[in-house]
Amino acid sequence: MSEHDAPRGEVRHTTSAGYGTTAVRLDQGHVQGSGRLPERFENPGLAPHVPRMADLDERAAKRAEKQVATLFGLSSLATIVFIVAYFAIDSKHTAFIPGIGEANLYNVVLGVLLAIALLGVGVGAVHWAKTLMPDTESVEMRHPQRASDADRERVVTNLTEGGTAAQLGRRPLIKFSLLGALALPPLALLLPLLGGLGPLPKDQLSRTMWKKGDRLVRDPERTPIRADQVTIGSVFHVLPESIKDSQHVLEDKAKAAVLLMRLDPEDIKPAKERDWGHDGIVAYSKICTHVGCPVGLYEQQTHHLLCPCHQSTFDVTQDCKVIFGPAKRPLPQLKITVDSEGYLVADAPFREAVGPSFWERGHA
Amino acid sequence: MSTTHTASGADRLRADDQAPKSSPSGGLKAVGGVAGWLDDRTGAAKPVGYLMKKVFPDHWSFMLGEVAMYSMIICLLSGTFLTFWFVPSAGQVVYDGSYLPLRGVTMSEAYRSTVDISFDIRGGLLIRQIHHWAALMFIVALSVHMLRVFFTGAFRKPREINWVIGTVLSMLSLIEGFAGYSLPDDLLSGTGLRAAEGFMRSVPVLGSYLSYFVFNGPFPGESIIPRLYSVHVLLLPAILVGLFTVHIGLVFIQKHTQYPGPGRTNDNVVGFPVMPVYAAKAGGFFFIVFGVVALISALVTINPIWAYGPYDPSPVTAGSQPDWYMGFADGALRLLPGWLEFTAFGFTFSFNVMIGAILLIPVMYGLMAAYPFLERWVTGDTREHHLLDRPRNNPTRTGLGVAALTMYGVLMFAAGNDIMAIKLHLSINDITHVLRAAFFVAPPIAFWVTKRICLSLQRKDRDLVLHGRETGRIVRTADGRFFEQHEPLDEFTRWTLVQHEAHEPLQLQSGTDEHGVASPTARKDKVRARLSRFYFDDRVEPASPADLAAAHHDGHGHESIESAPGPVESRPALETSRREPPQRP
Ligand code: HEM
Ligand code: FES
Repeated sequence: MSEHDAPRGEVRHTTSAGYGTTAVRLDQGHVQGSGRLPERFENPGLAPHVPRMADLDERAAKRAEKQVATLFGLSSLATIVFIVAYFAIDSKHTAFIPGIGEANLYNVVLGVLLAIALLGVGVGAVHWAKTLMPDTESVEMRHPQRASDADRERVVTNLTEGGTAAQLGRRPLIKFSLLGALALPPLALLLPLLGGLGPLPKDQLSRTMWKKGDRLVRDPERTPIRADQVTIGSVFHVLPESIKDSQHVLEDKAKAAVLLMRLDPEDIKPAKERDWGHDGIVAYSKICTHVGCPVGLYEQQTHHLLCPCHQSTFDVTQDCKVIFGPAKRPLPQLKITVDSEGYLVADAPFREAVGPSFWERGHA
Repeated sequence: MSTTHTASGADRLRADDQAPKSSPSGGLKAVGGVAGWLDDRTGAAKPVGYLMKKVFPDHWSFMLGEVAMYSMIICLLSGTFLTFWFVPSAGQVVYDGSYLPLRGVTMSEAYRSTVDISFDIRGGLLIRQIHHWAALMFIVALSVHMLRVFFTGAFRKPREINWVIGTVLSMLSLIEGFAGYSLPDDLLSGTGLRAAEGFMRSVPVLGSYLSYFVFNGPFPGESIIPRLYSVHVLLLPAILVGLFTVHIGLVFIQKHTQYPGPGRTNDNVVGFPVMPVYAAKAGGFFFIVFGVVALISALVTINPIWAYGPYDPSPVTAGSQPDWYMGFADGALRLLPGWLEFTAFGFTFSFNVMIGAILLIPVMYGLMAAYPFLERWVTGDTREHHLLDRPRNNPTRTGLGVAALTMYGVLMFAAGNDIMAIKLHLSINDITHVLRAAFFVAPPIAFWVTKRICLSLQRKDRDLVLHGRETGRIVRTADGRFFEQHEPLDEFTRWTLVQHEAHEPLQLQSGTDEHGVASPTARKDKVRARLSRFYFDDRVEPASPADLAAAHHDGHGHESIESAPGPVESRPALETSRREPPQRP
């Protein structure tokens, strides 16, 4: 909005003086002075140039030249040593390097030499520029960013004339059919992309491999667990025995991983938790209900499970309810029992979806 | 503007083509036939000659963008090297390479090839480390560059486009970094992807579909590694390089901003020409950045994936932490309370995840991209700005910037709440509660403190101009009084301290016309005037010659202990007088 046609309600900007330059523009009306002094200080112009040592003293210049050449020379030398080291050092060799500790010697030597080779060139060039290249400042004028009115006008004219010449205005049929023809074909590219990205989830997120009778096996040993092997205070990482037949081990593991703990039945508060367990042995999904990290830490004294990712804390004595952290829901419990041989088995699949929440999980 | 130059230059070269082959200039001969040969075919001499003499202002903070550019180039170079050996496949193999602890372990080809690059490709480990360190440096540099641009007001007209491009670059580089970090398929990066899958699920309605589309079925699946690979080495680099080219092109076209100082005006650029000074300095600087990255890569191990082991969904990674630039989002996830998840109508709303994982980044960058337009609206300033602000001279903007940084800092801290708890022997619950409060309380405090500091710095500038520099010489007057002698500033030093303008709040013109009818824009104008007061109510006028004369007059050129002039309380009253109805065309 320019100043001359400010509509009503327009907010007006007031500035005290010219901007960035002290010349007073007389078309801006009065300038309030104070006595004979100007209202603002004047830009004094460039400060006088202070010559450098190398500008005044040929010996200093010579010294700078030698320094630059030394740096460049050092760079070449480092490259040559790099090539030698590449072949000479055993790449498996580790060595103790003070300040770093045990490190791969090959990596350290090659890296340091490469660094010297690069820094030699870089520091040399900058030093050259700073000591020997001209350091008097140049001034270039700026011009307003906008093109001249005539140029702007021409673009508009060309556009409208182009439109007229193509008879865009006169032939609406072409105009509208063109719009459609340009807008729709991308769909033909997009659809196969979207359609091909992946299958629909169906109810898969709500189901795991666990089914009634599936033995609990240790992860990664895959050995079954007898109830009497689980002493109070112990915790086992567990998978379903059927994982051995799985075609998609990682995908199945990602949902079926379970933690098995044994508590004093007295410590277990909810009756449901006791019922779903066996003699104080309880099994809970290991997949955090926040965003899915494996819940890692079991504090035996407090019976808290802690997720390493964002510190959600689940209380095993209270059906793994969240007592701290960003997760909302308790870890789902796996109902277990023992089979005829005394091995722990699942008594039912998980009753709800394990892992992070999703929109339709309530409908599982 | 250089484009018009180029065109007319090329035209003219053709128009008055004087058969240059018959009389090549001495200069051309010296450069060699190649330049002449090229110019014969392109007419490039004119634009190239122009570019060589282009002037760039000099300041250390202008090198931040350069560091970003160079680290990006280093990433491209080292990344290309890595593509020759990395195998983007989730296919399972049994390791039999030279790193003994992993022999016999089943792992993906992606993981195995990364271990191979680290142990069996000569120099491969160095290149891997260079690639990772350069990526970290890239994001640090562009973030600090962005702060420089923000705090100096370099985003003002005509550079808003470049600011917006910059925010997009910055956001994409986070994604690029995350994609790269996920490729080796080690335990840490796989856990990161596991969390990413959880993030996607939190999207209302579409969550589970999104997850299945991205992972091509259940997590982890076999597709995510190859898909991320093409995103990381093709799609995003192409966009980054393309946007960067426009970004730097605009810097050339618009000419670089400069800091205020003697001889610098809004209409000129004072600095050094590309040939030879910038060619040497900037060219040399590339090697310095590369050298520093190489040195760090030689000495500090980053991402030793062989120590983490291959990804497996069940083992636990203690203290899993993302790369630093994702820290703030991770922190947000730790602070968001669980009660933000609820079910309604049988559907699950996971705001505890979605706010931090899905909304935070776009909202943050959206606000950033919008800022120049907001400030422009508030100030009503439509002029071009090529002189940078000293941050103290725009206390409100500087305060807002620091407040935003503080917010970011709180989130960053939150990402380390477990480590802090262990190191400081505090309860993690307490730390989390304190940080939750700090997220809301700390930014306003930071804003207020910063603004006050800026105003005092301005006052100090003013004092310095009016009373000169303390010399430390104590003088005793004839009548026995002591004072410290002050040395007036020379005009060059002084100029930097007095050149700026102190913005005044916008004045609201009448909200009603002469018939008492409320203007349709009255409400908007009021908001605008209020914001403008928020920005500019507190201000310190730069010292004027009259102030200086007055100071000399009563101070006799020395400092008697006196109070500094306070902020000028001269807010113009809201003008409510009626105005003539405007003449609209
Ligand atoms: C890919 C990452 C980026 C690279 C490689 C890059 C590089 C550069 C370079 C070399 C310059 C000229 C020198 C300088 O002022 O430092 C520049 C200028 C600029 N950059 Fe960036 N930048 C990047 C990201 C950003 C971001 C994230 C922002 C802001 C959101 C931004 C905003 C600007 C602006 C407004 C200018 C013009 C500044 C002026 O002329 O004073 N850039 N950039
Ligand atoms: S994934 Fe467990 S707390 Fe976030």
